[in-house]
Amino acid sequence: MKAQDLGTAAPNTWCPGCGNFAILNAIKPVLAELDGAGLVPKENVVVVTGIGCHGKIADYLQVNSFYAIHGRAIPVATGIKLADPDLTVICFAGDGDAYAEGLDHLIFAAKRNVDVTTIVHDNRVYGLTTGQYTPTSPSGFAGRSTPEGLEVSPINPLEMVFASGGTFIARGYSNRIDLLKETIREAILHRGFSFVDVLQVCATFFNMYDLYNRRTYALEEHDPQDVVQAQAKMVEWDYNSDGPIPLGIFHRRAAPTFGDNFEKFNSKIPDLEGKVRRVLKGYI
Amino acid sequence: MRDEFSVLVGGKAGDGITEAGMIIARLYNQLGYCLYQYLDYPSLIRGGHNFAIVRAAGKKIGAPRDGVDYLLALNQDTIDRHSWRLRESSIVIYDSDEVKAPLAGGVGLPLKTFAKESGAPPIARNVGLIGAFSRAAGIEEEIVEKVLRKEIPKAIDENLEVARRGRAGLEGRSDARVDKRSYPCCPVITGNEIFGLGLLRGGLDAYVAYPMTPSSGVLHFLAKVAAEFSIKVVHPENEIAVILMAEGFAYAGKKAAVGTSGGGFCLMNEGMSLAGMAEIPLVVLVSQRAGPSTGVPTYTAQADLPFVMNAGHGEFPRLVIAPGDAEEAFFWSAAALGLAWRYQIPVVLLSDKTLSESAYSFNVEEAREIPEFGPVLWDGDGDYRRYASAEDGISPLAFPPRTGAVVKANSYAHLPSGITTEEPRAIEAGQDKLLRKKRRLVEELERLKTLNVSGDRRSSTAVVCWGSNKGPCGEVGEELGLRVVQPVVVSPFPADLFREALRGVERTISVETNSTGGMAKLIRSCGFEADRLVLKYDGRPFSVDELEERLLEVGI
Repeated sequence: MKAQDLGTAAPNTWCPGCGNFAILNAIKPVLAELDGAGLVPKENVVVVTGIGCHGKIADYLQVNSFYAIHGRAIPVATGIKLADPDLTVICFAGDGDAYAEGLDHLIFAAKRNVDVTTIVHDNRVYGLTTGQYTPTSPSGFAGRSTPEGLEVSPINPLEMVFASGGTFIARGYSNRIDLLKETIREAILHRGFSFVDVLQVCATFFNMYDLYNRRTYALEEHDPQDVVQAQAKMVEWDYNSDGPIPLGIFHRRAAPTFGDNFEKFNSKIPDLEGKVRRVLKGYI
Repeated sequence: MRDEFSVLVGGKAGDGITEAGMIIARLYNQLGYCLYQYLDYPSLIRGGHNFAIVRAAGKKIGAPRDGVDYLLALNQDTIDRHSWRLRESSIVIYDSDEVKAPLAGGVGLPLKTFAKESGAPPIARNVGLIGAFSRAAGIEEEIVEKVLRKEIPKAIDENLEVARRGRAGLEGRSDARVDKRSYPCCPVITGNEIFGLGLLRGGLDAYVAYPMTPSSGVLHFLAKVAAEFSIKVVHPENEIAVILMAEGFAYAGKKAAVGTSGGGFCLMNEGMSLAGMAEIPLVVLVSQRAGPSTGVPTYTAQADLPFVMNAGHGEFPRLVIAPGDAEEAFFWSAAALGLAWRYQIPVVLLSDKTLSESAYSFNVEEAREIPEFGPVLWDGDGDYRRYASAEDGISPLAFPPRTGAVVKANSYAHLPSGITTEEPRAIEAGQDKLLRKKRRLVEELERLKTLNVSGDRRSSTAVVCWGSNKGPCGEVGEELGLRVVQPVVVSPFPADLFREALRGVERTISVETNSTGGMAKLIRSCGFEADRLVLKYDGRPFSVDELEERLLEVGI
């Protein structure tokens, strides 16, 4: 299977120059390669999305998908993974989805270490609702709901997921597609909750290409298992200043995952009626 | 000869009142009685006033009476609050270590001392009370020992000693002998446990819930039996995650149910709408409590009928079922899962605190023959389209991983392939498909018992009731010779059956545990008028006596 076999007939409606193309163009070859290598058969992949420009990726990928609702991709993905641990579940979410509307789910998914990959299309602006600030917009951001400039500072999602117990924490950039591919591939193969914040540029409402091109660099000689190093790298850029922006895998560790034992608890019961009656006997 | 008995046992939260009530119920159960237990407790962990009323009768019952034959008091509060329930023949037994201002004629026993001297934990006071009661009620000691041995998890010898001392305290004070009855010896079990068992019987794979009174009993029960029934029970971060997670299970082919009460269900509304649009099979148990908002968390109400019938934006088919007793709760929980999967719709099981937390004699023989509603599954031919057009609107299901099938669920308006659309014809076609499912569902429901008629079927006065009011209305209907009409499925409303049930009726009275008459409004929207409303919204269920009085007041 080739990457182009993973497309659909749906017309693509992203703006010209949108960073979402890069994520789409990264995930397709990764899925094709993982399928070809027998690591993740294509039919085992389920993509779950929220609502926003990012979500359209569900329509553009010819794989199983659940195009869910705003902020709620992660709980849907968790349910799917618990239902069938053989599935490889990949969440695509926007920064509004993952960090505002559905922040609770992100924290809990990291805390549980559910074996789901979450890729956040972090363009730091609401695109589909035409230009309001998000939790990662820099302070001073003059959006349509904050025309005088945003008064508050952004959150650093990497630190937040780390504090919540995430076992795979990475950052990508839509203009460094080879590194993005490699990062996503590792994220999918990681057993546990994998989180990738992708700096994805909204060409229409918040064009950050210039800053990102100047300031991003790939992590090198970085040991993702070294917690102190990982934390130091996570705080190197606070999503507000124009400081250096590291890309790649910040933190990775092995840990037990949520629902590991479900399959053995899901064998079919031949005589439900009899079993129910036996339970009822205890109440006489 | 008495045909029925009521026993009230009361104390503080933490005194083991529920357990004491259940043991008393099981004693009568051994003697061929039908049981009902009402549980009343405030929203606190320790202290306050908890009480249980156990009612035992030779016929099927589902409601308490006001008066009691035995008042068993672990504290002063119980005596002070419930002395109005006593009649001349009533017997009062109390813990004289606690009660300092007893009623004349009551029997005080130093239960705290009994427990201490027997080496039993202080909570065993309730067992002392049960021992004393059993003697007063004329229940044989062998039966008491048999039940206690089954019910008491630890320190059984010490507990039996406390019971013996309690019993000895009543020696010579009563020559009562309880008569045996011939009601079948049934499990005595709470509505919540029955909902759980019904879901299991229907093939449940996963139960997802966030704790909320009065629905938490289902969560606790299913979590306890999860391993035995090979199901997954998950308690996520909030009710939004609950319903979305359940929809994830369903997408992957696992039968899932969720449970909550009104406030939690508010959070689930976007998930309801999603299930409607994306055609995700789902069962949602909503156990009502007194609102609005936090309201009165541990007390009962039927105020959420219009809410659940309309919850979720947009128009989509749904099924709302309001079982009225344990047998209906069991049958319809199992059927709800089947119907949700057959029609790929959200199904609401609407309960309330009374039905969920009361204990009933459950006769499984009355709730057998659960119909099978197999889901429509993809046959593997050709390209799979999740929302393939079908005459009855039901598209075949496939679950990943499935070679040759790309399964695309979508919350947006979508094409048969599951890909988003904004084209006017396609939008219309998608909506029509949803409506066709509803038409087929209505036909399917005609084969099921979606409405009950009891009491005097020739009476020209009809009492309309729903949910847990089946219990008191059924009994009062018998006593006063009224026709009792109880819709079990409330949406889609069984209007034809309802019309048939009201044939020849001149006066219709709607009995509801709310302040505005949700059922009366519902039947009006179908062209029927309730002439009178008998409403109760103090958080307590109707007792048989109160309902009878209220019906006589409005005139029958």
